[in-house]
Amino acid sequence: MYAQKKKIAGVALIGVALAILPFVIGMGFGNAWMRMLDFALLYIMLALGLNIVVGFAGLLDLGYIAFYAVGAYIYALLASPHFGLHWPLWAILPLGALVAGMFGMLLGAPTLRLRGDYLAIVTLGFGEIIRIFLNNLNAPINITNGPKGIAGIDPLAKNIEIFGYALHSLYLIYYLFVALALLIVVVTMRLEKSRLGRAWVAIREDEIAAKACGINTRNVKLLAFAMGASFGGVAGGLFAGFQQFVSPESFGLFESIMVLCMVVLGGMGNIPGVILGAVVLTVLPELFRQWAGPMQMALFGQTYIDPESMRLLLFGIALILVMRFRPMGLLPSSRRKAEFEHAAEEGVTS
Amino acid sequence: MSSEQHYTFREAESRPLPREGGRGEGQPLLAVTDLQVNYGGIAAVKGISFAVEAGETVALIGANGAGKTTTLKALSRLLPSKGTLRYDGKDLHALPPHALVQRGFSLVPEGRGVFARMSVTENLQMGAYQRSDKEIAQDIERMFELLPRLKERADQLAGTLSGGEQQMLAIARALMGRPRLLLLDEPSMGLAPLMVQKIFELIRGVAAQGVAVLLVEQNASLALETASRAYVMESGTITLADTAANLLADPRVQAAYLGH
Repeated sequence: MYAQKKKIAGVALIGVALAILPFVIGMGFGNAWMRMLDFALLYIMLALGLNIVVGFAGLLDLGYIAFYAVGAYIYALLASPHFGLHWPLWAILPLGALVAGMFGMLLGAPTLRLRGDYLAIVTLGFGEIIRIFLNNLNAPINITNGPKGIAGIDPLAKNIEIFGYALHSLYLIYYLFVALALLIVVVTMRLEKSRLGRAWVAIREDEIAAKACGINTRNVKLLAFAMGASFGGVAGGLFAGFQQFVSPESFGLFESIMVLCMVVLGGMGNIPGVILGAVVLTVLPELFRQWAGPMQMALFGQTYIDPESMRLLLFGIALILVMRFRPMGLLPSSRRKAEFEHAAEEGVTS
Repeated sequence: MSSEQHYTFREAESRPLPREGGRGEGQPLLAVTDLQVNYGGIAAVKGISFAVEAGETVALIGANGAGKTTTLKALSRLLPSKGTLRYDGKDLHALPPHALVQRGFSLVPEGRGVFARMSVTENLQMGAYQRSDKEIAQDIERMFELLPRLKERADQLAGTLSGGEQQMLAIARALMGRPRLLLLDEPSMGLAPLMVQKIFELIRGVAAQGVAVLLVEQNASLALETASRAYVMESGTITLADTAANLLADPRVQAAYLGH
């Protein structure tokens, strides 16, 4: 009973914190930070989707951003002046998830026999193919508007007025993102503990033994690709409506690597870890970009290094440090933690 | 600790599980005719034929590279093969690998293949992946009674067990599928002699409960002591087939495999 109450209290506390967070950030730091908060939520959804493929099923996917792109373009094509279509959000998002999921299967089907490095290369190629298609599908029929991208996309929300108090659309978007991110968190948590979740772990561990246990490895792998991709598709749709502009260059390899870093840095396979990874890797570079210039000014009297170029450098250093001192990630799952500890023990005794 | 003591596994037979096969009387449980397997252009198995009757223990012995493991993999549908494979009256070639367990056909793969980052209990649960009945927890308890070592390590990750314990777990996991035919690939590989004895005691216990066993082994003397019949494989073909007792007494087998 007590544990139950404690759990309810914990959930309520998180709920209240999430409800008032935008006001604290928005009032205290301004709308730029509100945008960042919204972006962090988008990346949480993306990272949780990739976590299903990489963290649960152990399939290294370097082209994950392609599904984000698919979701974004579905939204852009169906809710912009480009085709003159203006579908509502609630019709587009499920469609985006569905189409992205189908693309996930499309990637999964020919790569079923591949693992590790080989799979990584093929998925990397797949991600680039999608991006190049988006870049070139402006002729003979203009579908994607090519490298110029699609502008003027319908916004997710408008500024509104409640009781004479003006509320910026960023706040409404925040609540939409929080709701969908929570939905994805709950679905992922349920999946992790499900029969399917155990099958994913089994395949990651030993595919032959998994088959010998009666797991239909083909279908289970395809499901991992499809589910991960559909989360990416939802996030992509939200991204398009949030930015009101999409172009192929938002979906390059670097973005795929960034999302993968969130999963690995936070703690592969562990939901709180992945969330933490997404938040840290969204907020830290931004913090840095804002502070690195003024800090150099204060310390040395002039700016030696452009903060933008230093951002990648520090990002790399941070990754190396984490991999050196916390290879299992910032918040590892108990499974991974035990594995690393066991490996360390063996290293000592042998 | 004796295998026979609490081993009530075969009582499961009376329960309504998908066990009723369309097998005609007098047919062996597993009948292999002219099995051929090519491994990347090389003929690893060159048209072998053998059979396993229900409840019988049959050994497949031979040196390294004779094609024993390839045979098991082909039977388990993990490798493409030619020839006729009939299990329980059905054509194995028509079944995908994951459909075998629910028909009572379980493989314990070479090198054990336990799920290293899953606990012992989770490994046993995976063995019952295809089952949806309510007796899975009971069967896990039965495995723990049969193998108290596993019970002591129920919550430990399987990767932290010793080689012998992992082999026990791999066999127990296969038993969780309530097999009628158990395929064992080199169960003695890499284990200390004392542990090998324990593993074979377990295998005999399983066989005594009426499970048919197809045992692939390099340790010929142990295999022949355990099985009732055996086949000797040499470079992809079966060169000898007889009762285990006759093979143990055969001078050719003694010279080549028993070190006499």
